[in-house]
Amino acid sequence: MSTAYAMRDSMTMLRRNLKHAQRYPSMTVSIVATPILMLLLFVYVFGGTLGAGIPHSGSGGDRAQYTNFVVPGIILMAVTAGAISTAVSVCTDMTEGIINRFRTMAISRSSVLTGHVVGNVIQTMISLVLVIGVALLVGFRPHGSALDWVAALAMLSLLAFALSWVSAAIGLGAGSIEAASNAPMPLTFLPFLGSAVVPPSSMPVGLRQFAEYQPFTSITNTLRGLLMGTHIGNNAVIALAWGVGLSIFGYLWARSVFNRDARR
Amino acid sequence: MSATTEQMAPPKGISAVGLRKSYGDKLVLDGVDLEVRPGTVFALLGPNGAGKTTVVQILSTLIAADGGQAFVSGQPLEDADAVRAQIGVTGQFAAVDGLLTAEENLLLMADLHHLDRREGRRRAAELLSQFDLAGDATKRASTFSGGMRRKLDLAMTLVGRPSLIFLDEPTTGLDPRSRRTLWHLIRELAKQGVTIFLTTQYLEEADQLADRIAVLDGGRIVAEGTAEELKRLVPGGHIRLQFADAHSLDAATAQLGLSTAVRDDENLSLQIPSDGSIPTLRSVLDLLERSRVHAQALTVHTPDLDDVFLALTGNGAAHHTAASTVKESLR
Repeated sequence: MSTAYAMRDSMTMLRRNLKHAQRYPSMTVSIVATPILMLLLFVYVFGGTLGAGIPHSGSGGDRAQYTNFVVPGIILMAVTAGAISTAVSVCTDMTEGIINRFRTMAISRSSVLTGHVVGNVIQTMISLVLVIGVALLVGFRPHGSALDWVAALAMLSLLAFALSWVSAAIGLGAGSIEAASNAPMPLTFLPFLGSAVVPPSSMPVGLRQFAEYQPFTSITNTLRGLLMGTHIGNNAVIALAWGVGLSIFGYLWARSVFNRDARR
Repeated sequence: MSATTEQMAPPKGISAVGLRKSYGDKLVLDGVDLEVRPGTVFALLGPNGAGKTTVVQILSTLIAADGGQAFVSGQPLEDADAVRAQIGVTGQFAAVDGLLTAEENLLLMADLHHLDRREGRRRAAELLSQFDLAGDATKRASTFSGGMRRKLDLAMTLVGRPSLIFLDEPTTGLDPRSRRTLWHLIRELAKQGVTIFLTTQYLEEADQLADRIAVLDGGRIVAEGTAEELKRLVPGGHIRLQFADAHSLDAATAQLGLSTAVRDDENLSLQIPSDGSIPTLRSVLDLLERSRVHAQALTVHTPDLDDVFLALTGNGAAHHTAASTVKESLR
């Protein structure tokens, strides 16, 4: 199967998945709504108190300070929530039997999953724009340059890409849509156990060590650095390594599950 | 590219020898041999769980066999992409995209067969009208009835003009009208020279459509032949007379004086072996009339595939040996 056909088949599958997103908007809505509700919750409910506990760097009240602290974390949650919906869309294909149709056609095998993953990355980035829009409305005041924003979006795309491949693998193996929807849920909690909503330095020892070394922390810190001008240090390199590593892991995992014998 | 998809590929059949498959310690296929001549309709008949779907999954490259050899449309199964380029598969569960319209589903297939845009649209329109779906072309497949989904499913299978198609229980769960519509479409395909491999648990379906029928039971082919050949394997043609009382039954038995007649005292009935032809029927009726014996009801039973099916499939080792002798005598 030539590369040209692989590209063409992937584009066909991508068009199909974008049509799905458009025709079945309730999934897209829930992907956007969850992080926005989180944002409002953290800013207006917890913001005043949590803001008092984080190291202040600029002017403004506790809540305003905290908004600037938490938004990069919320952005990460938006990416995670978006990416894991790949599991549901892939699993839906599996249960509807259309994947078996694709498998008996002389098409590029990877195109089926590539279409899902790329479609999901696009969908996630669109939802991200909405989340950032709401963040600006509630008082998020970033001071990154245009270049910083480009770098931030590139890193978020890489994260969405990596998590989409992992979710695709989970969706392929899930067996039911409920399982596909629940299995990747722990991923959405990982940002909480890092530097997304509070600095890890405030956590008890064991948790703090986990928080400092898990992938979301370096990604959160890099994002915060790019958008808010805090110190990035080696976080950028670690974040990039996690992104690339998770992409490769997710891709290989998904491919091996996809090529396994059809069940039933 | 469009030149090769334009004309029908030369039809080639299926030949499989010794296909074996087990899932864990459950043996599903225990050495299946099949020979399907190009351009014919072949039905694989069997009860639920006989392994029909597994045969289709192996021959359509979905799963690998544990043992055995097969050529599909002239290509060895090992060369999966070459086989895939020749075949179309309509599985047991309609594999249509519910969120896309009927037309979009067909265009999706056209894109995946690398037809150019114009040719793809032409092919989609052609299939929509052939399958009587043109009026619903812009409706989402999720709103379709079971029969329409199956039709669309089959139409999608045909976009790439396969020379051989697999139909795994194509009419299971359909109402009688949709079933007949689908049969008609399958016959049309057969006329065009497409080789059709069909699995079914409906005997009438195999009888209606297939040139040759193989009966699969417990992972083995227990009989193979034309519908007529299979029907000859089992006794069963008879006239059944029902009487109101034992007295009439006695009288009729005495009058007929046939040693081959089977008398059922409990149900007050008499079975007379017969080919069901009108002269035979008339002579039986005349005899009853002359002797003034009154029969309540008369039914004619011609052997059908139901008899074959029930005689050849089931559980137990005894029937296996019986079935294999039957198979031998057929050859």
